[in-house]
Amino acid sequence: NLNLLEDGKERKEEVAVAEFHKKIKEAFEVFDHESNNTVDVREVGTIIRSLGCCPSEGELHDLIAEVEEEEPTGYIRFEKFLPVMTEVLLERRYRPIPEDILLRAFEVLDPAKRGFLSKDELIKYMTEEGEPFSQEEMEEMLSAAIDPESNSIHYKDYITMMVIDEN
Amino acid sequence: MNTPNLEDMGCGTSSATKDKKSEKALKAALVIQNWYRGYSARLKTRQRYALTIFQSIEYADEQGQLQLSNFFSFMLENYTNVPEKEPGLVTRLFGSSIQDKDRQDYLGLIEIPDSYCGPRLQFPLTFTDIDLLIEAFKQQQILHAYYVLEVLFETKKVLQQMPNFTHTNTSPSKEITICGDLHGKLDDLFLIFYKNGLPSVTNPYVFNGDFVDRGKNSMEILMILFVSFLVYPNDLHLNRGNHEDFMMNMRYGFTKEILHKYKLHGKKILQILEEVYTWLPIGTIIDNEVLVIHGGISESTDLNLLHRIERNKMRSVLMPPIPMDGDRAEKKNKLGTATVALGIRTSGSFSEQLTKQEWEQVIDILWSDPRGKRGCYPNTNRGGGCYFGPDITSKILNKYQLKMLVRSHECKPEGYEICHDGKVITVFSASNYYEEGSNRGAYIRMSSGTTPRFFQYQITKATCFRPLYQRVNAIESSAIRMLKERMISRKTDLIRAFQLQDRNKSGKLSMGQWAFSMENVLGLNLPWRSLSSHLVTTDKDGNIDYMSGFQDVHIQKPVKEVQSSLIETVYRYRSDLQIIFNIIDSDHSGLISMEEFRSMWRLFKSHYSVHIDDSQFDELAERMDLNKDGSIDFNEFLKAFYVVHKFDQLNKSDTKLA
Repeated sequence: NLNLLEDGKERKEEVAVAEFHKKIKEAFEVFDHESNNTVDVREVGTIIRSLGCCPSEGELHDLIAEVEEEEPTGYIRFEKFLPVMTEVLLERRYRPIPEDILLRAFEVLDPAKRGFLSKDELIKYMTEEGEPFSQEEMEEMLSAAIDPESNSIHYKDYITMMVIDEN
Repeated sequence: MNTPNLEDMGCGTSSATKDKKSEKALKAALVIQNWYRGYSARLKTRQRYALTIFQSIEYADEQGQLQLSNFFSFMLENYTNVPEKEPGLVTRLFGSSIQDKDRQDYLGLIEIPDSYCGPRLQFPLTFTDIDLLIEAFKQQQILHAYYVLEVLFETKKVLQQMPNFTHTNTSPSKEITICGDLHGKLDDLFLIFYKNGLPSVTNPYVFNGDFVDRGKNSMEILMILFVSFLVYPNDLHLNRGNHEDFMMNMRYGFTKEILHKYKLHGKKILQILEEVYTWLPIGTIIDNEVLVIHGGISESTDLNLLHRIERNKMRSVLMPPIPMDGDRAEKKNKLGTATVALGIRTSGSFSEQLTKQEWEQVIDILWSDPRGKRGCYPNTNRGGGCYFGPDITSKILNKYQLKMLVRSHECKPEGYEICHDGKVITVFSASNYYEEGSNRGAYIRMSSGTTPRFFQYQITKATCFRPLYQRVNAIESSAIRMLKERMISRKTDLIRAFQLQDRNKSGKLSMGQWAFSMENVLGLNLPWRSLSSHLVTTDKDGNIDYMSGFQDVHIQKPVKEVQSSLIETVYRYRSDLQIIFNIIDSDHSGLISMEEFRSMWRLFKSHYSVHIDDSQFDELAERMDLNKDGSIDFNEFLKAFYVVHKFDQLNKSDTKLA
């Protein structure tokens, strides 16, 4: 349709979509162990997050429902994953949390403004509130976050360290 | 709604305040959990990417084997074109150095000095010798060459009595343990024995190949396994892997380990070892149900044929049988007469080799990999064997009334993997194979009628376990480093490919263009878009400055005056050159003559279509002044070609030469 192609904006979106497709395919393929265009449903969350999105557990659950087969097989096919994921990227859904909001969240849990949370406090909040961590997730977070001498998490330093690591 | 509003919501009654407080806490917890899960997922992805890089490069290297193999065939078939002074080279390349000396000829000449305080084995061997060896190796002692040779001779003698496939049975009270690749990682073997017990009549084991290469204790592993085998020949089963091959050892480290640990008698050890490998069984069959082989199968796998062949004629994956088809009959005769005339006893004295079909059957067993895609197609990644799909597995298992295939050959992050509907299990026992933190190792325990049980482990050097992000950083840096070295070794070809696409000569390419060239030239199927941030700089429009990829690495120039393209070529082919040099150096002295060095290079050059002036190469050799009485120390020569990473604190040499 010549009219559409003449419109520069449409062309730009086409190119963006094409690049998204390639990016999604790359991320998917890394987890496609048997090279048959499917991934284990338990790895879909990791794939989506590796593409820069930060859905909550609830939102992830809904996304998976969209890409699953009518009768869930435990595997997600690329053909179903691609269009859904492309929409997510085009609409810029599930944007990641900015560093300052993250810092404020820790500060809310530390009303006395000590600058740290004790190990027990962090465990309590992470495993009892919100979308609770599994034991594995909790242990994993503690191994990096905790200062073994004081048994506490100096959250400002922790955040800085994680942000540097990612960049 | 993603970003909760954490601002004060004003005041109210005390219970309302309490509710608001807990609501704020809830929202704060959600923020932190959400962020953490995203971060954790990205960490795991980076780890996966690193593994993908390691694996792609590993398989691309194996594919390089094929080219080398073709080179040897090319040389043998074209030897008549080789000038008069070259026959010596060919003889050295293809002459078999194994003369049928008997054991006394070897052992009689070796004396164990009184000062030797390593382990002393007593023949006939008993379980105390196994304990003795393990204790000694834990203290990093080295077993004297005399004992090594004795063990090798005895092992060969016993293996010769065994069929191509070992048949064994289990019972509910006698489970069998299957271990995969160990690759010289002694700590993993110790850990397995610690967790699972030493081999014995009530604790049988199958070791599924690839005991050696890469790790630094291949000899110690081999000695423990062979001694255990000699003590319990009916309960310790060994399968041949693709690395139980004297030519693979030249490239991947075992040959070097032997010559280093056994300076005086290394040559003899290598000679006997070459033979012992050929007598290792091809596979093990448990309870007539479970087939255990190192690599995999193909659609034409014929177990009956494999039961019948003379397995010891399979010397190396790099020495395929010389073609004997009809229209080459004349060449063969010429080859045959001349071969005899030159006194060359090749692996191809025609009665001494397998048929092409038999050889391919063995290659399939040792090199194939399972994949999800149906059918059977050549394993282009590795250059040997094939990829086989679930339909092939079903077909072959049904044909021989088997229930399951257990194989190894591929590193898996969790140490094992099940595929093809539960019919194929991969078990890999070398933890941290690529790098510390890269993967777990595993072993399987099974008995007839019960589901197999998997046991995983991971060796960790740190006394306290490093957090995940540090481990991921380590393997990621290591993988990216390897990738950069790949890039620099193909710099000329890459730049040419980039420039072809860069019409405006802007020095920039789109992501798509850059990824295309990288994949094409390097032949590595990697997630280039995701990796680009580690390799090149991108401008604000998302375009890539392609020369930035070569900025912080360069190949050390051993001699200033020589062209970069020559340096790059030698660096790129250094592993192949290593093998070729090792073969020419038949007395394993580490030296070859300048003349041989030059003629080998000329032949290599023509086969690999390398366009570099002979004079350049001569100049290089001369200037490097590695001449020792007219000979060249080739290890020193190759070591001089290494990549320098700009940001290394210590300017450490990064050679990964076999």
